[in-house]
Amino acid sequence: MSLGQSLSVALLGLDGQLVTVEVDIADGLPAYVLLGLPDAALTESRDRVRSAMVNCSENWPNRKVTVSLSPAWLPKSGSSFDLPIAIALLAAQQVIPQDRSLEVAYLGELSLDGHIRGVRGVLPSLIAAYKSGIRTAVVPMANRVEAQLMSEMTIIPMQHLRSLLRWLRTGEREELQELDLPSETEDDSCDFSDLAGQDQARFAAEVAAVGGHHLLLMGPPGAGKTMIAQRLPGILPALTREESLEVAAIHSIVGGLSTRSPLSGHAPFVAPHHSATRVAMVGGGSHSIRPGACSLAHCGVLFIDEAPECDSGVLDSLRQPLESGVITISRAIGSVSYPARFLLVLAANPCPCGKFTGRGRNCTCTSQQVRRSLAKLSGPLMDRIDLRVQVNALSRVELNRSELGETSATIRRRVVAARDTAAHRFLLDTWTLNSEIPSRALRTTYQPERAAMNFLHSELDRERITARGLHKVMRTAWSIADLEGHLRPSLEDTQLAYALREGAFA
Amino acid sequence: MALHEKLRSKNKIVGEFGENAVADFVRAQGTTVVDRNWRINEGEIDIVGRLADGTIAFIEVKTRTSTAFGHPLEAINSQKAHRLQRLALAWLATHQSLGHPYRIDCAGVLLDAKGKFTIEYRENIL
Repeated sequence: MSLGQSLSVALLGLDGQLVTVEVDIADGLPAYVLLGLPDAALTESRDRVRSAMVNCSENWPNRKVTVSLSPAWLPKSGSSFDLPIAIALLAAQQVIPQDRSLEVAYLGELSLDGHIRGVRGVLPSLIAAYKSGIRTAVVPMANRVEAQLMSEMTIIPMQHLRSLLRWLRTGEREELQELDLPSETEDDSCDFSDLAGQDQARFAAEVAAVGGHHLLLMGPPGAGKTMIAQRLPGILPALTREESLEVAAIHSIVGGLSTRSPLSGHAPFVAPHHSATRVAMVGGGSHSIRPGACSLAHCGVLFIDEAPECDSGVLDSLRQPLESGVITISRAIGSVSYPARFLLVLAANPCPCGKFTGRGRNCTCTSQQVRRSLAKLSGPLMDRIDLRVQVNALSRVELNRSELGETSATIRRRVVAARDTAAHRFLLDTWTLNSEIPSRALRTTYQPERAAMNFLHSELDRERITARGLHKVMRTAWSIADLEGHLRPSLEDTQLAYALREGAFA
Repeated sequence: MALHEKLRSKNKIVGEFGENAVADFVRAQGTTVVDRNWRINEGEIDIVGRLADGTIAFIEVKTRTSTAFGHPLEAINSQKAHRLQRLALAWLATHQSLGHPYRIDCAGVLLDAKGKFTIEYRENIL
């Protein structure tokens, strides 16, 4: 029998499908046919596999080789099929035992000398394999740390095709050194104590962290908008295991785990440049649908500096994920959903020259320019932003204050405590954050105190606030109440929430 | 003798050696060799044989002394295979045998310096 089989995984988005690689070696002129909708990188696998096999002193069959990746209708891409193809080829030549081939999933790109190179998307592939009942996987050594997150599976990291073949033939394996996992170091290069003054913005950041409210920072250049945004992930609670798995899986697809530790419990911080396209922001691509900035920021912070400079439509494309926490991208090859539950932080200058602040004495912009620059932030988007804060230029009093501001660790302790309070309250509900309370619940179970409601209703009567705005203020008020230790938002909490929402445009 | 002439004569000797070896090989399997090196403008058929069941086999022989430039059979691509088919039809036409069952075979001969050789024989390559 000159038939060989092995298993691998094809990814479309975060979802993987188990792929059976079949190799048939038939009589005929030397030829190599690859079936199963391969893309360019996968078509080139033929030459990589051939060189790698020959350089590992294995025989390349000078006959007609047919490789089929089934299911055949599923488009496949990438170089991670090199290894399973090589294994199936050797199994077809009966030089390695076939019995294990349908229990083990193989992932890896082959270099010409037989080294097994790291590939993208190992973690989501392993999750898919596990769901299909596979319990053992061979992965490239370079993806070892990431793969070990799937602690439910037996992971066999391999450096070279030779050592893999020796293991398949004899069961012998090189002893692996214990993994010294990169320890979780607190990143002290970015701490809130670096920030001078800006008490209002600090408080807004804290409220944002508690309730997951989106934040707009408005102010002149050099006032500290970027500093605040960069320090926001540092006061978010550590990710849970499920969250960090999810985040690692997304980052794995774009090959981002070289910069981010796969085990990190830190909330990710993603800051796309304002020239980013819509595809860069929400994800896309024609061969494989890659996640965009908003999915990379899942469970973390998406910071867009100079937000009014963004191309029209880019910011508005965030509206759907802001609403639902997922983004669905459809292309010719299929439709993919990525999680995208992030905290949006926008920063903007008050006008094109950036000096329209305070009394606006030095501003050189015309009133029309000022109006136009902020009109770029569309109404529907602004409506989803609960906290709008002025970050004013620092006064000399603030700069000369000798004691440092609060550290991130102190703030985070308060945030974690407030989130615990909220989580306890929502024990029987389906949501966990204050910003996610549905409006129906806000009108019934989760109403602020009577005085607060009277205040909000009078603002509503004067048409200073819309019905949606009213609900948004109530949600923010809950976060403030959790921080202050109030059982129910008081009048002050609600007024503060109202001021934070209207603040930037006051 | 100029270098290219030397090379040509060497290749010619190697080629003839391989063709003889394959002719012996098919004879041993009961095939009658009916023609050798049949040549027209378009090219040449190395061996024409008649199998035991009457099928006519057109055999292309490729001989090499090393695999440095690949396996001998790899030198036969689809273009060459189709040329072989045209030649085969031309042979059948010349011999008033059009419609006669036929097939096209290939033989790769690998020859080492000591005169030892291996034959890889592929039947019906089209």
